[in-house]
Amino acid sequence: MMQEHSSQAMRRTATRTSGEPVAATAREQPVGAPSTKISVRELNFYYGKFHALKDISIDIPEKRVTAFIGPSGCGKSTLLRTFNRMFEIYPEQRAEGKIIVDGDNILDSRQDIARIRSRIGMIFQKPTPFPMSIYENIAFGIRLYERLPKSEMDARVEQCLRQAALWDEVKDKLHQSGTSLSGGQQQRLCIARGVAIRPEIILLDEPCSALDPISTARVEELLKELVRDYTVVIVTHNMQQAARASDCTAFMYMGELVEYGPTATIFTRPTKQQTEDYITGRFG
Amino acid sequence: MMSLRARRRAINAFNLTMAVLTTVFGVFWLAWILWTTFSHGIGAIHLSLFTQDTPPPGSAGGGLRNAFVGSLMLLALALAIGVPIGVLAGTWLAEFAARRKLGGMVRFLNDILLSAPSIVIGLFTYSIVVGPSGHFSMFAGGVALSLILIPVVVRTTDEMLRLVPGALREAAIALGTPYWRLVMRITWKAAAPGILTGVLLGIARISGETAPLLFTALNNQFWSTNLWRPIANLPVVIFQFAMSPYENWQKMAWAGAFVAIAFILLLSIISRLILRRGVHRT
Repeated sequence: MMQEHSSQAMRRTATRTSGEPVAATAREQPVGAPSTKISVRELNFYYGKFHALKDISIDIPEKRVTAFIGPSGCGKSTLLRTFNRMFEIYPEQRAEGKIIVDGDNILDSRQDIARIRSRIGMIFQKPTPFPMSIYENIAFGIRLYERLPKSEMDARVEQCLRQAALWDEVKDKLHQSGTSLSGGQQQRLCIARGVAIRPEIILLDEPCSALDPISTARVEELLKELVRDYTVVIVTHNMQQAARASDCTAFMYMGELVEYGPTATIFTRPTKQQTEDYITGRFG
Repeated sequence: MMSLRARRRAINAFNLTMAVLTTVFGVFWLAWILWTTFSHGIGAIHLSLFTQDTPPPGSAGGGLRNAFVGSLMLLALALAIGVPIGVLAGTWLAEFAARRKLGGMVRFLNDILLSAPSIVIGLFTYSIVVGPSGHFSMFAGGVALSLILIPVVVRTTDEMLRLVPGALREAAIALGTPYWRLVMRITWKAAAPGILTGVLLGIARISGETAPLLFTALNNQFWSTNLWRPIANLPVVIFQFAMSPYENWQKMAWAGAFVAIAFILLLSIISRLILRRGVHRT
């Protein structure tokens, strides 16, 4: 079922002509229109004794870009990292509450963690290419879930690299080390690796903070492409980035969700004083 | 009263001079050791050194073939026992026990083992292998050397794996990678140059050990490759020959010392090259 959905999505990506202002039209739609992909209810999160997230409830729409903004330490990355239970590898961290993705509470320990992570990809602040060739970086993830003959694997790798707008730059050096690429290229390689396992949701944790402006622009363009097929959630320090690239924006402060709504509304007519102060640069 | 600037200059000049002098002092002895072994050893280096076995006392000719081969076999045995155990234990420490109390304790005990006097290791191996089996053997020698090698490998594996950025682990986990696969395919690979260097340095360390071998492999004047018999080995042969009154043996001891130091020098250079290539790549 999931496989079918994704491959249709891939086909659409492959046949689409580029340059349509899809993201712009999406932004004009009311937030209520698309169905909810991730539904967070009364989420509390603790680093040891520190209460990092306080009663967060939020609905993240399907096939839209949702941005989390807020000053450092407000909990936006923490919130993102609960969506794939990344915090679990650190024993002192724990989450309470519900995060419902397609009807399943992913915080339920009975859920298969590998399956959750195959549905929810994540891109990190610093590019993290694995110590292997560009080709193997992509194939590594695919091999976790599928056994493909070489020709099909080659096609999948190419498709993913094309989707991440990296193919033309690396097609002649697929077997060189992934670490030999530039920072921006490495980050796109990580995005390609993320989409290679055909997730439904892509989480990005400040994906551009280590990149130069040109690479940042590339990644933002890429987001507009990805959102046709995937639900995208991005944590960013950069408010212009949130304003440019997202459909919905959540402003967080001191572990609480202060305000959440369509990006255009948050940036032009915020209802809370704190939000206005932050986006106008009065603090943070 | 000197100005502040002049005083700083004077202190700088003093410290720099002391640093240079102490460096020269250290390097001087190293150079002297290398020169002495070289000048004494080079004269005794013949092809026969590698093709003939140790000569009986007082006779002319002969070589160190049995000692070279014996030492290499002991090294191979120590590596075969020590590297898998050391790498796996180091991996457990870095990847699975990093945040647990037990891990910290094991790491501490390993550090003690790392600095344990090698003669203690020799005695210990004597009591658990040589005693019960009733005779000295190559096996006992290999066990003793592996006990010295293991903590070195554990330590470097642990340290090198902990140098692998956590972000790399998180990235693999985010794909849904099982932890064992993450370790085998990613963190081992990222740490491989460092781990290999640790192993090579461990070899350099054990290839000169004499005390533990006196208690275990002993020595053998004849050609032997039997795992359960005493075996000739370079350190003990050098010790025995150098202390002897026979000029031929003494010369051979110098030649053996020269070959041993050349071997260790080569290992150090190789490990440097590996490490540099590894750093360059990642």
